[in-house]
Amino acid sequence: MSFPLLTVTAAVPAVGAILTAAVPAARRTAAKWLALLVSLATLVLAAVVFARFEPGGDRYQLTESHAWIKDFGVRYELGVDGIGVALIALTALLIPFVILAGWHDADPLETKSSRWRPTQGFFALILMVEAMVILSFEATDVFLFYILFEAMLIPMYFLIGGFGDRAHAGSDENAAAQRSYAAVKFLLYNLVGGLIMLAAVIGLYVVAGNFSLTEIAEARANGSLEMATSTERWLFLGFFFAFAVKAPLWPLHTWLPNAMGEATAPVAVLITAVVDKVGTFAMLRFCLGLFPEASKWATPAIVVLALISIVYGALVAVGQRDIKRLVAYASISHFGFIILGIFAMTTQGQSGATLYMVNHGISTAALMLVAGFLISRRGSRLIADYGGVQKVAPVLAGTFLIGGLATLSLPGLAPFVSEFLVLVGTYARYPVAGIIATTGIVLAALYTLVLYQRTMTGPVKEEVRTLPDLRPRELAVVIPLIAVLIFLGVFPKPLTDVVNPAVQHTMSDVQQKDPTPEVEAAK
Amino acid sequence: MNPVNYLYLAALLFTIGAAGVLIRRNAIVVFMCVELMLNACNLAFVTFSRMHGNLDGQIIAFFTMVVAAAEVVVGLAIIVSVFRARHSASVDDASLMKL
Amino acid sequence: MENLIALLVGAPLLGAAVLLCGGRRLDKSGHWLGTLLAAVSFFIGLALFADMLGKGAEDRAMHQRLFTWISVDGFQADIAFQLDQLSMTFVLLITGVGTLIHVYSIGYMEHDERRRRFFGYLNLFVAAMLLLVLADNFLLLYFGWEGVGLASYLLIGFWQHKPTAATAAKKAFLVNRVGDMGLSIAIMLMFTTFGTFAFGPVFAATDEASEGKLTAIGLMLLLAACGKSAQVPLQSWLGDAMEGPTPVSALIHAATMVTAGVYLIVRSADIFNAAPDAQLVVTVVGAVTLLFGAIVGCAKDDIKKALAGSTMSQIGYMILAAGLGPIGYAFAIMHLVTHGFFKAGLFLGAGSVMHGMNDEVDMRRYGGLRKYMPVTFATFGLGYLAIIGFPGLSGFFSKDKIIEAAFAKGGTEGWILGSVTLLGAAITAYYMTRVMLMTFFGEKRWQPDAEGHAPHPHESPKSMTIPMVLLAFGSVFAGAFFGIGDRFVAWLEPVTNFEHGHPPISAGAITGATVAVMVIGVGIAYLQYGRRPVPVVAPRGSLLTRAARRDLLQDDFNHAVFVTGGTHLTRSLVYVDHTLVDGVVNGTAASVGGLSGRLRKLQNGYARTYAVSMFGGTAVLIAATLLMRAV
Repeated sequence: MSFPLLTVTAAVPAVGAILTAAVPAARRTAAKWLALLVSLATLVLAAVVFARFEPGGDRYQLTESHAWIKDFGVRYELGVDGIGVALIALTALLIPFVILAGWHDADPLETKSSRWRPTQGFFALILMVEAMVILSFEATDVFLFYILFEAMLIPMYFLIGGFGDRAHAGSDENAAAQRSYAAVKFLLYNLVGGLIMLAAVIGLYVVAGNFSLTEIAEARANGSLEMATSTERWLFLGFFFAFAVKAPLWPLHTWLPNAMGEATAPVAVLITAVVDKVGTFAMLRFCLGLFPEASKWATPAIVVLALISIVYGALVAVGQRDIKRLVAYASISHFGFIILGIFAMTTQGQSGATLYMVNHGISTAALMLVAGFLISRRGSRLIADYGGVQKVAPVLAGTFLIGGLATLSLPGLAPFVSEFLVLVGTYARYPVAGIIATTGIVLAALYTLVLYQRTMTGPVKEEVRTLPDLRPRELAVVIPLIAVLIFLGVFPKPLTDVVNPAVQHTMSDVQQKDPTPEVEAAK
Repeated sequence: MNPVNYLYLAALLFTIGAAGVLIRRNAIVVFMCVELMLNACNLAFVTFSRMHGNLDGQIIAFFTMVVAAAEVVVGLAIIVSVFRARHSASVDDASLMKL
Repeated sequence: MENLIALLVGAPLLGAAVLLCGGRRLDKSGHWLGTLLAAVSFFIGLALFADMLGKGAEDRAMHQRLFTWISVDGFQADIAFQLDQLSMTFVLLITGVGTLIHVYSIGYMEHDERRRRFFGYLNLFVAAMLLLVLADNFLLLYFGWEGVGLASYLLIGFWQHKPTAATAAKKAFLVNRVGDMGLSIAIMLMFTTFGTFAFGPVFAATDEASEGKLTAIGLMLLLAACGKSAQVPLQSWLGDAMEGPTPVSALIHAATMVTAGVYLIVRSADIFNAAPDAQLVVTVVGAVTLLFGAIVGCAKDDIKKALAGSTMSQIGYMILAAGLGPIGYAFAIMHLVTHGFFKAGLFLGAGSVMHGMNDEVDMRRYGGLRKYMPVTFATFGLGYLAIIGFPGLSGFFSKDKIIEAAFAKGGTEGWILGSVTLLGAAITAYYMTRVMLMTFFGEKRWQPDAEGHAPHPHESPKSMTIPMVLLAFGSVFAGAFFGIGDRFVAWLEPVTNFEHGHPPISAGAITGATVAVMVIGVGIAYLQYGRRPVPVVAPRGSLLTRAARRDLLQDDFNHAVFVTGGTHLTRSLVYVDHTLVDGVVNGTAASVGGLSGRLRKLQNGYARTYAVSMFGGTAVLIAATLLMRAV
């Protein structure tokens, strides 16, 4: 039996989480270093997975399969395709920066009114989320995926509800109430989605008799598993609803601004850059893979919702007064692009959507973490409390601007590649949708530049005058992220090489071909 | 003698027990009424066993006795400790779980 | 030689990276490094130019392919360069004028503590602009296109502590993004029509595509050009962009970046040639902007904004010429190059004046400066003569050709376009004479600045005057050099496929008319501003003047429709999001909570009640079972 690389990649952070949680209360710093080392070890393992994956090889590679619950045909089945590999790499890449950025977020407060914050718990929970997310990108058994999809809510709930942003307008009680509202909202939204998905999972078992993604997809492809049109549509909707909550798609998005606003910046990054990607990833793998016909049937509606997400998210972002909520709405707009790319059903669109997942993760992490550094300095999330930061902290302002430029998809930075691919892919199939989505690039410039102008430029505000510039630890977070953004913006080949074959498989799942260019079609 | 008469008796006993549980407030009495209901059931089981000519009912009666004995142990202990704490054996007084 | 093309872009890019990441250690030497790298790029350009001249006209285009940028099934974009005559012209203009302006900035920005960063941004601009003109496919061109937009944003907002500068920068970027939308849609259209967006294959296949598609592509490219080149209706950002330091206005917002739209149209000549409707729209946009910019330029008292109006108007000429098709492309580019010289010179002159006048920009507070700043006066004066088309100077040759080509379009269109260009020439002469008279002639109207320092005008340092002299040299001789014997047209021939136009009236008559309207324009301006004293406070003026001062109400329109409307839209959407979308969720939660509050009352804590419900439940169950049996 070959070495279970995928299991180990997920197990390392899981074991690391337990060890971190077990570090004695007084050895707080040791716990931090342990968590950082574990996340770096995971990054190394993810790099090995990336290197071992052969783009030209089988669809699912590094597979592992063990019986789990025999009576129901549930198996512990793992395997990665190019999309999974890219997202595992993203997750493993981001977690060390999340840990480093949140280095002091869970330190116990000195003041009496606050309660003791278990530093160990904070980092253990982050590692736990990492383990579950990685495993969910690897799972090829629907039931196993479902369990992970739901289970990752638990550590996320505690991360949002237990370790809020200290920069809060109003009293401590008010902050705690807001935080618990956000955490409960996050949990309920996702549980409702999960519940509906559970019904669909059971329904799928009743129809198919097992939970294996590969087996069901194969049986569907060769015709041995017939599914009534209405059954397929209901099952598709059940799955899609859960993923649309997680992604989030308009109008199921309102939990995200609350959660990202109340959580600390690193946790907000964890939500939007890592956990939410499970939703869009699952749309590609499960919705399109298991229910190709129903996916095509639902496409018009989903494209419309995605367009609404793009425009609506951007417009609402412009109107926000809170930096973190603004980034949250910007993310909603970006998730609209990802979903649009997936359901455009063209290779450009789906490759673009996959790259978009990775690039959005990195760019949002860069923007949000710098915003977090800014917020922790001034102790306020309100845009109006800033002004002229550029003068006092030029490096902070510069990195913030680069993060912002990545968010508005400037060529040369990674998100441009993916956004353009999504737009081209969408335009090829749905020209009107493509043009509407293109307005997103103007709106993205609007909210980003308004944010930058109001916080960073203009006369220096009195309260801002003494803000220190970025510290070495913070630079160590931001500079690698920016380097990755630039690298993938100019040379995205390592990613596209891995993603392209996987997208070809998905395209053949849904039996779609790219529209031929007019000139060739005429010949 | 017609075994159905025993069933009538069991029903009567059960009704008396049920009425006691509903009406009385003293925990000890309520408890005794519960026992009465259990024994009414036992009587019915044994009767059925006799009527159908197999032993299933009698076996279940033994089960019921064991359960009743266990219940007496736990129930009396609860009642005694409630009485110690509140100096009352009235079931209405113990309503702390109500919000 | 081909392998040097990447170095053209690479040198300034390296400069930008080093200067922006280098930190304070480079504060002392950064400006020299920046200038050096711009000059390196210029000399590489010269070497490539020399190499190119040594080849036959048809083999001059060079290609260099670096690596694949984006590759997804069917979608292929390379980082690859194409250097042909058109690109070469731009390379020399960008690096040449760019280097001069780097030198000028050393003096101009001497007292700015962030001078290193300024040079970093300038280098970034040069790199992006070179990428724009050297790209061999539209996506890479888009890369450069947005790159210059970013550099322009950073440089307009260079003095970020001024809210006006920050706002102007944001506005420039946003308006440009609207244009960029056009370029992205054009690329998407190309991709769905041709399956590629590389120059070669697209231009080769234009005759296979339907005219409707080509018209759509052309119009989208025009939208992009309007954004970048400040053409109506996307012109509003250029005036505000003058908030940036003057060297920036000279390099980016006069000589190079704003002409990128003209480059785009001339580069896409094959598409426009096959889409006459799109061409017509291009000429209309050019003609409208030509007059628009000229009228705005007449009313502005801010010297840089008057020049900005003029830039808009001159680019209008170029766009108009580019819209005329093969008879106009070469002249558009020729005017672009001569304009690059004289307009950059004029802006540097304006900067020199401001440098000596405590950064005052209001021309009503200048006057009589010719004695105090002789070099500035001389170079500015030569630039002035060039732009109004004084016979023999650069502007004369290039503008006259455009007017001829406009008439040569033929028919009613030709007459209308020709008349518009003539009218524009008259207005140009008028507003430029006005600027000249108000600044350098008349009595002194100097006012102390906000801190009470009276101005002491003085000539600027050598690092500033030398570039001005060199640009003045170009303003005087470039036109004659290019125009006589049609040298420039012949040079660009392989790219533009020049056709000779035949204007309905003789070329001599047109030249005569051009000179005549110029004299009339100068005369009117002299009567208004030379003979009478200029009031320090602007008079109320006619309705047109007041409208022109406000950019012909374009900004008011934008503000009312987009800013106010947009603000209301976002506010109401935020409200909708909070009360409606979130309200449904919170409402569901609240109603579940209310229901459970009511159900809770059933739990009264009396054991009897629970017992009754148990008995009741059992009774119901038994009854139900019996009933079921009975049925």
